[in-house]
Amino acid sequence: MTTQEATARVPVTTRGRAGVGYRLHQALGTIPTFVLWGLVVLWSLPTLGIFVASFRSETAVRTTGWWTVITDPQLTTANYEAAFSSSGADAPDMWQHFLNSLAITIPATIIPLAIAAFAAYAFAWMEFRGRSWLFIGVVALLAVPIQMSLIPLLQLYVGGAHLSVFGETLTLFPDLSLAGTPPAVWLTHIGFGLPLAIFLLHNYMSGLPRDIIEAARIDGADHTQIFWRLILPLSVPALAAFAIFQFLWVWNDYLVALTFVGGQPDNAPLTVRVASLAGSRGQDWHLLTAAAFISTALPLVVFFSLQRFFVRGLLAGSVKG
Amino acid sequence: MASVTMEKLTKVYPNGHVGLADLDLEIDDGELLVLVGPSGCGKSTALRMVAGLEEITKGELFIGEEMVNDLPPKERDIAMVFQNYALYPHLTVARNIGFALKLAGVPRKEIDQRVREAARTLELEPWLNRRPGQLSGGQRQRVAMGRAIVREPAVFLMDEPLSNLDAKLRVQMRAEIAQLQRKLKTTTIYVTHDQVEAMTLGDRVAVLRDGHLKQIAAPEELYEFPDNLFVATFIGSPAMNLLQGTLEIDEGGGGVSLVLGSHRFPLPDSPAARRPSLHEAAGRPIVVGIRPEVLADPGVGDGSTWRNPAPLRGTIELREALGSEVVLHLQVDAEAAIAPDARISAALDEEAGQVLEQRARADGATVVAKIDARSRARTGDAIELMVDTERLHFFDPESGLAIRDRD
Repeated sequence: MTTQEATARVPVTTRGRAGVGYRLHQALGTIPTFVLWGLVVLWSLPTLGIFVASFRSETAVRTTGWWTVITDPQLTTANYEAAFSSSGADAPDMWQHFLNSLAITIPATIIPLAIAAFAAYAFAWMEFRGRSWLFIGVVALLAVPIQMSLIPLLQLYVGGAHLSVFGETLTLFPDLSLAGTPPAVWLTHIGFGLPLAIFLLHNYMSGLPRDIIEAARIDGADHTQIFWRLILPLSVPALAAFAIFQFLWVWNDYLVALTFVGGQPDNAPLTVRVASLAGSRGQDWHLLTAAAFISTALPLVVFFSLQRFFVRGLLAGSVKG
Repeated sequence: MASVTMEKLTKVYPNGHVGLADLDLEIDDGELLVLVGPSGCGKSTALRMVAGLEEITKGELFIGEEMVNDLPPKERDIAMVFQNYALYPHLTVARNIGFALKLAGVPRKEIDQRVREAARTLELEPWLNRRPGQLSGGQRQRVAMGRAIVREPAVFLMDEPLSNLDAKLRVQMRAEIAQLQRKLKTTTIYVTHDQVEAMTLGDRVAVLRDGHLKQIAAPEELYEFPDNLFVATFIGSPAMNLLQGTLEIDEGGGGVSLVLGSHRFPLPDSPAARRPSLHEAAGRPIVVGIRPEVLADPGVGDGSTWRNPAPLRGTIELREALGSEVVLHLQVDAEAAIAPDARISAALDEEAGQVLEQRARADGATVVAKIDARSRARTGDAIELMVDTERLHFFDPESGLAIRDRD
């Protein structure tokens, strides 16, 4: 029980043994491996189809199915070249939009992570009045539907928020003219990412052994030192898990981006641009296949490089809650 | 180096539960004091209050001359060893040990030197670059000790530091802790639920129960002169046998006899008989405590040097051979004493009290005896053992307090 690794493992096994999860696991264990492989193939087939199609010429895509490459292997990178081209008035210019996506995703991942780590530590390990009510409040924010807040947020970004009191105008939020800019998108994502981040990290941090924190206090550490030297290094799995979550969510988001930068196509992230690529009548869907793969590349890299944290962090967050 | 003084230290939890009630303790400079008691007795609470991890509800706590009630742990100049070691899992052994020094802003060179010194003392040098997860239980325990000694604090606090080790390692580490403490001469408060640890380690031992101090004394004194039934039965293994008896003053003389069922032990010359308080207790029921080793098998010449032996007859129900000695469970014709707790709960319910007393009378009493290994006594035998009447303990059945005159 001394290492954080050990404490993380114990609840999983003890709880799992008696619970529904364990029985489910047992039942699933009896499914033959070839059935699972069948499912994997079935599930991956459409992706494979689009991947193959992205290397076929426009006419080939329109006239024959992607599986004909087996008998007639004619591949071309023309679709990718077209997708990356930046010349012309309505050029796809995927590279620019790739950078736009990064400009939105990176701050929208790092900033809530930083804020939430501090907040989660305070909720987990600092005694203050109203702590549990405040925490409940934060968690309750998880239930706010994003669609409902789109219009108010847009108004906030366009005109700020002002209150008229006895003829005086009180500015609650200044007019920053954010509409159509990347900050409008990542600010929104930060706001909607924070409750989940705080919840997830709080659950993980409060599961760290109390003795370690007390030992550090006796060793002379204050809250700041405990946070930086103990909690943060020990919470890496949970931090990584949330980072992946938030990264994938923001990268793949369409609704928020369309709402706040839809009017400024130059600032649009990949998702918005990909959607418009297909053409008004869907005539350009050969470009769509290449664009889809461009936009999937980074999430795949992120997921596979951090997936070991992903699984661990998810378990830690859910089982200990 | 400093003494620790607790004055009327009290802990009341928000739910009203009293964790510790008016604890008065004075721990001398360089002394190793053991706090021992069953779980929930308040021993860990007391330790954590000294550490500054638990708020003090009432009373005053001094380390040296300074009142430290409101000081945070870091300003109390203490080091603590936790039951599960509480090592920092992501740091190497060297950085675990040096953590406090680093926080205190000690120069790196000095940290290195002091960490190495502590590691040498604890024979941890080969593992300085390992992480706690790669160490065995005993090694982790040593790292926890190293983290404490490297700071050269005024007081060591140890919260059941050996209870996570296996039996053999525990004995070894116990000896090492004792040696280390004697060498460093640092005031130490050691919490344990294991009475063997308490007896072997402590300069003095404080026995706690339900947040109250039951007795504080040197280990030998605690064993020889328990103040009350709780201490008498808690200290010693196998536990002291308790029987219900009466004291009678012999006709025409100052002698006193103890009547236990069909047994009558004259206590003529024993120091116990000369005690006025025993005379006062004559005629009333009394609880007699017999330690298992105060019984002997005369068949193998055991107990022959005793001045006032008396025979105790019984039937052997169980024989446990331990090699070095034999433990016998004897059914004897005497009344088992009802523990004061049972008596208190029985007082609330008359019927339950009667049931308890009837059962005590009907079942007779089981006496556990620790005798010489050469004894040929077998299970089922009727046997006569000798009791050293000079080493009996007497208690008041109502209050549970020992009946003896303070010398």
